[in-house]
Amino acid sequence: MLTARSQPAATRRSTRRKWPLVVAFLAPALILYLLFVIYPIAQGMRYSFFDWNGLEPLNQFIGLDNFKAAFADPSFTGALKHNLIILVLSLVLQLPFAMFLAVLLDQNLKGRALMRMLFFAPYVLSEVVTAIVWRQILRPGGLLDSGVSAASGSADVLWLADPAIVLYTVFFVLSWKFFGFHMILMLAGLQQIPDELEEAAAIDGATWWQTFRYVTVPLLGPTVRVSVFLAMIGSLQQFDLVWVMTGGGPVNASNTMATYMIDWAFRRSQFGYASAVSVIVFFLSLLVALAYQRWVLRRDIEGSLTAMGAR
Amino acid sequence: MMAIRPALTRAEDPVVRRLRARAALSRGLLYLVAFAVLGVIVIPVLYAALGGFRDTGQLAADPVGLPDPWIFTNYADVLSTGSFWQQVWNSTFIAMLTTLFVLPTASLAAFVISRFSFRGREGVYTLFTFGLLFPVAVAILPLFIVVRQLDLLNSVIGVALPQAAFQLPLSIVVLRPFFASIPGDLEEAAILDGASPFRFYWSVLLPLSRPVMSTIAVLTVVTSWNAFLLPLIVLTDAGGWTLPIGVTNFSTQYTTDTARVLAFTTLSMIPALAFYMVAERQIVRGLSAGAIKG
Repeated sequence: MLTARSQPAATRRSTRRKWPLVVAFLAPALILYLLFVIYPIAQGMRYSFFDWNGLEPLNQFIGLDNFKAAFADPSFTGALKHNLIILVLSLVLQLPFAMFLAVLLDQNLKGRALMRMLFFAPYVLSEVVTAIVWRQILRPGGLLDSGVSAASGSADVLWLADPAIVLYTVFFVLSWKFFGFHMILMLAGLQQIPDELEEAAAIDGATWWQTFRYVTVPLLGPTVRVSVFLAMIGSLQQFDLVWVMTGGGPVNASNTMATYMIDWAFRRSQFGYASAVSVIVFFLSLLVALAYQRWVLRRDIEGSLTAMGAR
Repeated sequence: MMAIRPALTRAEDPVVRRLRARAALSRGLLYLVAFAVLGVIVIPVLYAALGGFRDTGQLAADPVGLPDPWIFTNYADVLSTGSFWQQVWNSTFIAMLTTLFVLPTASLAAFVISRFSFRGREGVYTLFTFGLLFPVAVAILPLFIVVRQLDLLNSVIGVALPQAAFQLPLSIVVLRPFFASIPGDLEEAAILDGASPFRFYWSVLLPLSRPVMSTIAVLTVVTSWNAFLLPLIVLTDAGGWTLPIGVTNFSTQYTTDTARVLAFTTLSMIPALAFYMVAERQIVRGLSAGAIKG
């Protein structure tokens, strides 16, 4: 966004000697970006139409067979389902929890700076470290089991080894790492809401819940939408934590699309097939992004129109 | 607001006082919840740190207890191996190199995009923002091929360059509005003094942008420090491993020696946590700005 003040300088310059400069300043970033981001994404799409082991010449064109094979493979559709389960759980559990804590820390609590710092700390730990520590805590006879058996007398839940449970364990650990991130975003959003609005609602006799529901949440809308978007993209592309904590097992019960893809590329040398999987992840993410763009843009335009109509 | 309650200060306003009383009532409950969450956050980290001072027998007999006796050999062993320090150095070097690539490229591009009007400007900007959608995972296979073709496998550059490229979108999104908000008067004065645009960028814009540039640097360092997939695939020689790869490998190598794994893991957490304590403000500010603008 150009400010009104910087406009004249920019316009004056536009008459002469502008292009070489624009090109020269943009070039380093653009070359880096095209070479390592755009070109690989485009190449991945090309590979996805070939039967290819990553080394031989790329000459076995097989059309859409890789995609058909993926959707016919229960391990892949299972992985896709796991991504979607993580996505839905993130939206219905993790984000509301993050919002709750953001509201809590927005109160005048003693020690809230320290709490905010500690709640957010897991976000700066790597997913790898998170996975290894939690794997130790969750192993049979580990910290969690001894805590549970102290409370209920027995501990026979296999947190990481039971296919029916492992995905929810993964989701819990993911939430442990990421809720602080969403909390921080929402806290930043909350701090932009003037206190007067909430006070005015309270003076008008609104209960705490009504104030929260009809004042805070709508004004927090833009931040929540960003959180929702980032949580969806993150859920679709989850790799590190699952790879280290469960390796996608037991028997594929915690596979995600990304762990499935890496497994096929680097353990089975099926680069063409793995590329098709990455293209599917790419398009799902794009779909989310486009829906988000449309949703947010439409909302923002509507918002400004009603604001103008009201005056 | 002023018209409604002109005479009373906020402290003596009865409505505000009633609100405060109710708030005090629920305050206890809030603290309870906050402390419960605090426990869930802190206990795993404490468990790892204390576990490193126990031995695997102690951990198996009673996962909850304190070290008895305190055992220092786990930490001492890890600290005396060359590989741990090698990995600390590799991670540090790659993070610095990535930052060194990001800062000039992102700021030059953001400078042009925020302060020049030229055809295709919004197109270029949109192209960069497009990258916000796609972390390394989506492009990793062809990226591996590109790095291989450039003969950069097993080199720090082979990790740092792609990481810098993937860091550009967030950096440019954060820098653009900041650069645009610097008054045009400053630029005009510089031009009247005969300064070239590069001179303006170097001597006026960058010094004014130190806070936002440090935010970008801190976010890049954290992302690079924690990166797993790209180094995993590019750095196959053990001598080049970064900490996340080293930790993973150590934990599979010493599967049965829980205490030793916990010691190694704890030590690998320390640099990240120390950096976080120093740079918390930049991290929080950068992420909030990125999310709100992006």
